[in-house]
Amino acid sequence: MPNSSAQSAPQQVGLVRRFTNAGATTFAVAAAILVLVPLLAIFAYLVIKGIGSVNWAFLTQTPKPPGEVGGGMANAIIGTGIILAVASVIGVPLGIGSGIYLAEYGRNRFGDLVRFTADVLNGVPSIVIGIAAYSLVVVPQKHFSAFSGGVALGIMMIPTVARATEEMLLMVPNVIREAAYGLGIPKWRTTLSISLRTASAGVITGCMLAFARVAGETAPLLFTAFGNQFWNLKLNQPTAALSLQVFTYAISPYDDWHKQAWAGALILIVLIVGAVAAVRITTSRGMLKGGS
Amino acid sequence: MGVGIEVRGLNAWYGKNQSLNSIDMTVAANHVTAVIGPSGCGKSTYVRCLNRMHETIPEARAEGSVKVGEMDVYGSGSDPVEVRRRIGMVFQKPNPFPTMSIYDNVAAGLKLNGFRNRKQMDELVERSLKLAALWEEVKDSLHKKSGASLSGGQQQRLCIARALAVEPEVLLMDEPASALDPISTSKIEELIFQLKQHYTVVIVTHNMQQAARVAEFTGFFLMGSLIEYDKTEKIFTTPADKRTEDYITGRFG
Repeated sequence: MPNSSAQSAPQQVGLVRRFTNAGATTFAVAAAILVLVPLLAIFAYLVIKGIGSVNWAFLTQTPKPPGEVGGGMANAIIGTGIILAVASVIGVPLGIGSGIYLAEYGRNRFGDLVRFTADVLNGVPSIVIGIAAYSLVVVPQKHFSAFSGGVALGIMMIPTVARATEEMLLMVPNVIREAAYGLGIPKWRTTLSISLRTASAGVITGCMLAFARVAGETAPLLFTAFGNQFWNLKLNQPTAALSLQVFTYAISPYDDWHKQAWAGALILIVLIVGAVAAVRITTSRGMLKGGS
Repeated sequence: MGVGIEVRGLNAWYGKNQSLNSIDMTVAANHVTAVIGPSGCGKSTYVRCLNRMHETIPEARAEGSVKVGEMDVYGSGSDPVEVRRRIGMVFQKPNPFPTMSIYDNVAAGLKLNGFRNRKQMDELVERSLKLAALWEEVKDSLHKKSGASLSGGQQQRLCIARALAVEPEVLLMDEPASALDPISTSKIEELIFQLKQHYTVVIVTHNMQQAARVAEFTGFFLMGSLIEYDKTEKIFTTPADKRTEDYITGRFG
């Protein structure tokens, strides 16, 4: 039979190949599960330890003095929101701006310098950033403030946002830019309305990564936002933050405060996940069928 | 209405490599002119010089005189952005803006140049899509579908509509059908035939049959020089230059 070998060939090759294929797939699935385990474990542990102390009072009241039962972290929740808003207002535009420069104009010595600086800044310990914000903002103003905390976190966001923006813009095919130039659209307009728009999904992811990373930072806030046991909505006053409150309560000797620290950590994670999810949902609503 | 193009002594470089040597060419208004030649002969570079797209590539530059109607493309006061607004371009690979709807793709050139009149824009978008023979296929999903969701041939007609919407006087096409299947190709060719009523069309093609089908005039490029430029019929039946004859009879390239 002239074609019998051709027919049986697939089964003979199949054994080794199937084995390798199964091995590789198993490895990939196992790795994916391993990635999920720590996250789920931490979250589950937080829920177990913290959910008992999360109640209406916790979400709406300020801390009670040691010894008194009850109280909550409402001021810290709002404080974290204010500090993160300031940080985003500083970090997102500056980060996207420098990312645009790096991708569209930065093929030179200065661009390399900025890129290198951003990568180093990304690796600077967060407490050092806190000291920088302390000497840049707190010392001249002579008081701790929500604003200085926002500056510290905003600086931390810049390199992540900048590098993500650069990478995403470089992924926009050059033929897209050419199409825009061919229509007589100036370069600045092409960059903002065509390239950045095409890269927007990735840029938003970069911003959310930076946001989520700084949202839980404690060290840079120690001597900038400082913390506060009372309500404060002013930018130029010391402000409570969830991470600071968790830290303070966790190292305290009181059992009641330990429970509240767990609850605070749980709320912080839920808020971060909620914020990221909200941004994802709102930005994906405008996406079109078949778009990329 | 289309306008004529006068090219005199056009030279172009990529860094130190000269890719066009002193090109002279007169393109007739409201006609289709084809530019043919083997790969790397400079035909794409040539049309990209006509609307100053060439210089968007780092280290690329061009010198010489190009007059499009009354406009001096390389004149001292000439603005490349303004030049490109009046000389539309369609590229080899369909390149619709992927995050924009079909409507926004066509309107992009208008919107991003500050055009705000909504009603007039609707009319221009419809007119351009009709001219590009795409209107019937997309009129129900103008705002719903992304430009990238269309088929390759539709995408290329979308790109043609996008170029037409800014109402250019000249349309440059750089191998517009080379990435398309035969049916889409014949649609594009039919379209080119219609377009010359309103525009002057210059088309680069490596497909000689295509040049013979759509163009009244054909220029043959070889190694950065314009070897022969004449009526298409003349080029394909009784070329004056031996090299042209060798190329069209398939002896090289």
